[in-house]
Amino acid sequence: MTTPLLAVRDLTVQFRTDAGWLTAVENVGFELGAQETLGIVGESGSGKSVTALSLLGLHAASTTRLPTGSIDYAGQNLLKLPERAMRRIRGGEIAMIFQDPMSSLNPVLTVADQISETVMLHQGLDRAAARKRAVGLLDMVRIADAAHRVDAYPHQLSGGMRQRVMIAIAIACRPKLLIADEPTTALDVTIQAQILDLLRELQAELGMSVILISHDLGVIAEFARRVMVMYAGRVVEAAPSRALFRQPMHPYTSGLLAAIPPLDHDVTRLSTIAGSIPDPARRIPGCRFSPRCAEVEAACRETAPDLVTVGAGHLARCPPRLHRMAAP
Amino acid sequence: MTEAPAEFLAPRRRFQVLRRLARHRSFRIGFVIVVLLTLAAIFAPLITSFDPTAMRARIRFRPPQEAYWFGTDNFGRDVFTRCLYGARLSLTIGLGVALLSGVVGTAAGIVSAQFRRLDAMIMRLMDGLMAFPAIILAIGLAAAMGPNIGSLIVALSVAYIPRTARIVRASALVVRELEFVDAARVSGASSLRIIWKHLLPNCMGPLLVQLTFVFAYAILAEAALSFLGIGPPPPAPSWGNIIAEGRDQAVDAWWIMFFPGLAISLATLGMNLLGDGLRDVLDPRLKVET
Amino acid sequence: MRMLRRLLLRLGQAIPVILVVAVLAFFLMHLLPGDPAAVIAGPEAGAEAVERIRRQLGLDRSIPEQLLVWLWHLAQGDFGTSIIHNQSVLQALADRMPVTASLTLVAFAMTIPIGIVLGVAAAKFRNTWVDSAVMLMALIGVSVPGFWIAILSVILFSVTLGWLPASGYVPLSEGVWPWLRALIQPAAMLALFQIGFLARMARSATLDVLDQDYIRTARAKGVSEWRTIAKHAFRNTLIPVVTTTGIILSLLMGGSVVIEQVFAMPGVGRLIVQAILTRDYPMVQGTLLALAFLFVAINLMVDIVYTWVDPRVRYD
Repeated sequence: MTTPLLAVRDLTVQFRTDAGWLTAVENVGFELGAQETLGIVGESGSGKSVTALSLLGLHAASTTRLPTGSIDYAGQNLLKLPERAMRRIRGGEIAMIFQDPMSSLNPVLTVADQISETVMLHQGLDRAAARKRAVGLLDMVRIADAAHRVDAYPHQLSGGMRQRVMIAIAIACRPKLLIADEPTTALDVTIQAQILDLLRELQAELGMSVILISHDLGVIAEFARRVMVMYAGRVVEAAPSRALFRQPMHPYTSGLLAAIPPLDHDVTRLSTIAGSIPDPARRIPGCRFSPRCAEVEAACRETAPDLVTVGAGHLARCPPRLHRMAAP
Repeated sequence: MTEAPAEFLAPRRRFQVLRRLARHRSFRIGFVIVVLLTLAAIFAPLITSFDPTAMRARIRFRPPQEAYWFGTDNFGRDVFTRCLYGARLSLTIGLGVALLSGVVGTAAGIVSAQFRRLDAMIMRLMDGLMAFPAIILAIGLAAAMGPNIGSLIVALSVAYIPRTARIVRASALVVRELEFVDAARVSGASSLRIIWKHLLPNCMGPLLVQLTFVFAYAILAEAALSFLGIGPPPPAPSWGNIIAEGRDQAVDAWWIMFFPGLAISLATLGMNLLGDGLRDVLDPRLKVET
Repeated sequence: MRMLRRLLLRLGQAIPVILVVAVLAFFLMHLLPGDPAAVIAGPEAGAEAVERIRRQLGLDRSIPEQLLVWLWHLAQGDFGTSIIHNQSVLQALADRMPVTASLTLVAFAMTIPIGIVLGVAAAKFRNTWVDSAVMLMALIGVSVPGFWIAILSVILFSVTLGWLPASGYVPLSEGVWPWLRALIQPAAMLALFQIGFLARMARSATLDVLDQDYIRTARAKGVSEWRTIAKHAFRNTLIPVVTTTGIILSLLMGGSVVIEQVFAMPGVGRLIVQAILTRDYPMVQGTLLALAFLFVAINLMVDIVYTWVDPRVRYD
């Protein structure tokens, strides 16, 4: 295997809260090759967005302890990179789109302003050229009447269109890596599919790697070749999506799979996982999923399980299930 | 924000609020300042043996010294004593204005929110009052009603009622739209009961914050009015009229006007700090970072 | 155009406020305990003088009748006449307004940039010594009585150091520098409270904005920290700040009453205080009303500026 585009090792991120230091992400690691797609799935609070923000160094300095571990991108550790160099990477090499296109665009600036800013900044285009590029980018994200829409303010656009504008901003400098943090969650179902299609097409066209973050395993499955499942700040399972769907090796993954509505017939009742994600301030001894796990055993509550290889490229953090698989 | 408003009065939550207040630095400083000033005002006769109004020609214009901490004025009165007794007047007026404008403002705001037909009328009246700069309105009213404490309190209250009414109305309107209030209404609860059980408790936080600031403004405004000669008349000391009287000697006997000004600043600072603390803890919309 | 429609709508909303203000000012006179004519005439006046004032002010008519007359006169631009100087309220105001307007506007010109810069800086450097220092200054600014600090300032800068005039007003017609020199100290003292007020407000507005998703977007684009503040945060911060400028102007003009007294400036504030001390109630009533009208007008203007700052309002 060649050197990956991105390699994250032992990433740990802590926040300061009223109740002391809180670990939002603990020892997360993964690799991503050029033009590959990785899906990160988990409930809100699982640490998936925090992981993504760490890649760009976007945490508030005042409340975040310096993340530990390493994020190797193109031969440099992003966590050690000075702010100036990091700024060249942000928006230029690694771009990001966010969940809520309503609030992610600046309400007092026009679409043209917000797109041109990126290309003026990273590619040194002048105002007129940047504006022309903005129109071209709006075309690329399939916004009709781009020459006219470019002068609109965000509140004059629909939610789907705003997310397209966000995507246009993100791909403006042809980044090598695009991080999409719940890009469709705030949108209507029909728009969701369009946005995912658009992302897929742009990925092929521009040859980007993509990290897609979602709480919806269905969305991930459709999009990503590899999937990483996070729970309460830790990776609980990572596998090629096909293997993950065929043989989930963690009860949490199974729960997420059961919660996907099947496409071929209507269901009256969807399976859900009992309970909710634990309060990050509360320390849970042993396996963090144990309080909600249907297959919990006594040992689960005592020692925290390690992430172990269970198959080809397949890692999981659930010894009981592994034992059961191994000894039928 | 769908937080159940009655929670504000629930004992556990109330305890939490108190604990967070006790941990809030500016609240603690403000609290100490205000308590000390209040105690000083109440126990003025025990703290000083001088008479605030007795004139003694032999000891005029004494600079600050051991016997007269803040010096004496042109009538030989002890400035420290006058400041202490002045605290009574200033704090009484501050409290009076906070209470009166609080009660009337709350009533106006609640009525506006609950009885929508009166809303436009009440709010236009408030807009009208707000069009006058507060201090100028107070000057006009105080002048019309005559120079005494009561009219000063009323005048300043009228000036601050509109803001209080607006804040209360806004908070009440938020709860009014919540489901459990609808439920109460549908199940036949009377307007009065809805106001008492649901609207009022939810307004308490923002109201308390507002009234602390009104208290602070009132102290400043009383001083300004007294300075202009529209406050409580001398010889009874108020912080404002001590400054006004000492002004002509400000160059030669700076202490006469300096110390009462310091007292005003301290009292206002204390109330402002209290208000900042209350706002951080009680008003979730204005949540402030750690 | 939509903006014009919004302006007309606002104008329409201002009319009831103007009416309410007029009626309130009318009743101010009737708050006087006892017989207003006797109070105005003063304790030494004879029955004849009281009667003369009563007739002069129309107090011999019924209250509704008086109110209608008052409104009728207002509609014709008659705000009343002083009973001391035999000068119309508007004439007196016109004589004094340049002083107060100069004072208020210079103070305003100091307040807005200083207050905003301090507030934004405090937010940018939150939880650092910059933040603490700015907020402490702002807190002192809103806690210290302006007239007191003004007297202290006069002792320091005018009496001791002799740098600035201790009192008086120099009209603009005598040159910009003499005018400004006379104004700089009183305006600074007047602005002190408002600067503190605005800095606190601008800080919390900026903190709000800095928490918004679009700021994160800007950072994710690789925009520098300062540019993020200057371009992406600042205009959004201005939106709530602009709405308070009306209040700030109003408070500045209110405060000028006291500051004019300290610096012996012949402005509207002194006019009002003088009128109160000489029981010239028609003058008090007329000036208060004129000031209130001025504020309704200022708030309309603020509304227009607001439309310009926030595109969401411009197009809705």
